[in-house]
Amino acid sequence: MEAFIENQFVRFVLLISTAVFLAYRLLLVSKYLCKEYLKQKSMVDRINSYLPQTQCGRCGYKGCLPYARAISQGDMINKCPPGGISTILNLVELLNEPGLRLNPAHGVFQPPLTAVIREEECIGCTKCIQACPVDAILGAPKLMHTVITDECTGCDLCIEPCPVDCIDLVLLPTSSPRYWLNPIIQNSRFNTLETN
Amino acid sequence: MRFAEKIIESLCVSTRQPMPGGIKPPDYKQETLRSRLMPTPIPEELILPLAQHGNSRSRPLVKPGDKVLKYQAIACSDVTGIVDLHAPTSGIVLAIENFPIPSPVDKESKCILLKKDGLDAEIDHNTLANYRSLSYLELIKLIEQAGIFGLGGAEYPSRLKLKSGKNKKIKLLIINAVECEPYITADEALLREKAQFVVQGAEILQAACMAEHCVIVIESNKADAIKALEQTQLNSSIELFKIAAKYPTGSEKQLIQAVTSKEVPSGKYPTDIGILMHNAGTAYAVYQAVIEGKPCISRITTLAGGSLKTPKNFEALIGTPIDYLLNLCGLNQQTHTMTLMGGPLMGVKLARTDVPILKTTNCIIAASEDKFPPASIELACIRCGFCADVCPASLLPQQLYLYAKCQNFSELISHGLNDCIECGACAYVCPSNIPLIQYYRASKDELASQLENKISSEQWKQRFQHHQYRVKKDKEARRDSKRRETIKPTELTLKISPPIFSREAAKKEIAAAVVRVRKRKAQFIASSGGENTETDK
Repeated sequence: MEAFIENQFVRFVLLISTAVFLAYRLLLVSKYLCKEYLKQKSMVDRINSYLPQTQCGRCGYKGCLPYARAISQGDMINKCPPGGISTILNLVELLNEPGLRLNPAHGVFQPPLTAVIREEECIGCTKCIQACPVDAILGAPKLMHTVITDECTGCDLCIEPCPVDCIDLVLLPTSSPRYWLNPIIQNSRFNTLETN
Repeated sequence: MRFAEKIIESLCVSTRQPMPGGIKPPDYKQETLRSRLMPTPIPEELILPLAQHGNSRSRPLVKPGDKVLKYQAIACSDVTGIVDLHAPTSGIVLAIENFPIPSPVDKESKCILLKKDGLDAEIDHNTLANYRSLSYLELIKLIEQAGIFGLGGAEYPSRLKLKSGKNKKIKLLIINAVECEPYITADEALLREKAQFVVQGAEILQAACMAEHCVIVIESNKADAIKALEQTQLNSSIELFKIAAKYPTGSEKQLIQAVTSKEVPSGKYPTDIGILMHNAGTAYAVYQAVIEGKPCISRITTLAGGSLKTPKNFEALIGTPIDYLLNLCGLNQQTHTMTLMGGPLMGVKLARTDVPILKTTNCIIAASEDKFPPASIELACIRCGFCADVCPASLLPQQLYLYAKCQNFSELISHGLNDCIECGACAYVCPSNIPLIQYYRASKDELASQLENKISSEQWKQRFQHHQYRVKKDKEARRDSKRRETIKPTELTLKISPPIFSREAAKKEIAAAVVRVRKRKAQFIASSGGENTETDK
């Protein structure tokens, strides 16, 4: 037996086979890691596709993509007020997590609003332009600013920096008129909106 | 009868199956049928909305102060899906402004306000003795010029319907005279008194869409209308087909199923299976447009309800205010609780009554307390399954209700919410008084706005990415410019000479630049960074 192992050729074969085995294992591991990485990346994209993309930052992150990344690493899914119940339901389905109610600490659901600048009051400070996450405000220093209505996400980030409070959030009529309110919503959730 | 059964037999794939589900509510039709069809007196002012349906508006052809004649075109549109508007009477255009329009919420839209001059002077129009001399394209053009909508309530321009049949072979044209909803008798009154015109209109429609066969479908309990039709269709190729009265057989897809046992696939149109359907009112309007040369300026509207002294059918001009018509019928203010536009099951509650009649208004109901009691309290669903039994689209209303309540939209779609015709049969039989249709309508609205949001969110996503890219670039640029500011701008750098494109000048410039660089290098030893950015720029 000893003589057999001592044999040069046998030793060579053993060495080669061990090397091949190890290389194969390494390949498997790296493949697995790659797969995981891609999965996570695509997962972030998929989570992001369910977020409303208002970029309002109410979740505590700077935009929807950072929040999607945080969710993929285990953050709570109920921090997005603009997405409302439908976002949570979609995420529950995607991530197979237990359903949660919207966390009121981050705000309540509202129908999509649009910012409108009261143009005669605007002093042209450009502060709202800097705050807008989607570059939906047009203007130049000391000149009147205006909101590109089609591009506005209604994130309300421009409200706070305005020194003269000349920006309003309004409910613009959409192309699909919404006459019919869900009877439940009519009774509870929208009441808070009416009192505002 | 002879051919109709054969066609229908040939269209049948399997054995005949009636429409699934359906209800038989009390119809209250007799009271409006007592009096004859009356043309209405012309009100002082007519309100003509530029948007006869939806949000798309036509373009006005007149200005405030213009005098218009009866039948004159006053608004047109190049966009498909909108039809022309014609003056219902002669008079002066007072204004083109926002006026309230029929809607469940207080809504305004741009309308032409027309004040009558009492002369009712007509614009010249051609009458046509024989439509058979015209090709189908000419017929469609005539129908297009007359601004005819599907007068049944589907709000789809008739010419588009006819054109859609051009590419697909139409086997059967169905004239829908089935008015299954309670109270509404507009089509029945029309057929009773103007059956020969409807039959002629149907013949024109058949010629315009080149359908092989044409049937008029009517409910078997409308005896007077059937009698009138049978008298007129003797010398015509058009067949009469009677079906049992059941709600909602008048709906397009349900009627096709009831007549031919063929189901229109979900998301498809009847033309895809070789069938075209037009309303009896549309056939009459087509007759008027082609033979008499009169565009669509009036429609037959039923005024019914417990609060009216004399409920009846009117041939009302488009734009007549609803309260004017209600007062003609002797509205009792004490018992009047609300006004419905459309039938009691599918109609909408109007927010106000000073709104005009549209081309699609087939019925106005002045409701009284005894027939329309206030909504009872919604109780829990007991899953009795009555709603599933009566659903004409073979859906599961109780499941849809649960998903609508928890706003699970993916399940709603997979359970066929989009196939729901909102007929209200499920809510009618519900023992727990659940306002099911409101849940479905709200969910449909929500789905529509979600689709809209999906499109805009993609746009926002891209804009956000671009914003981040821009901010990064700006930051870099600012950092660079700060560095540049640390270098004192010399006279040489500030002087900008206009470019001269000659070899000599170029050589000079290069030499000057070399001198400049050497000078600066000597001046600022650590200025290589600043120099770089300038060349970068």
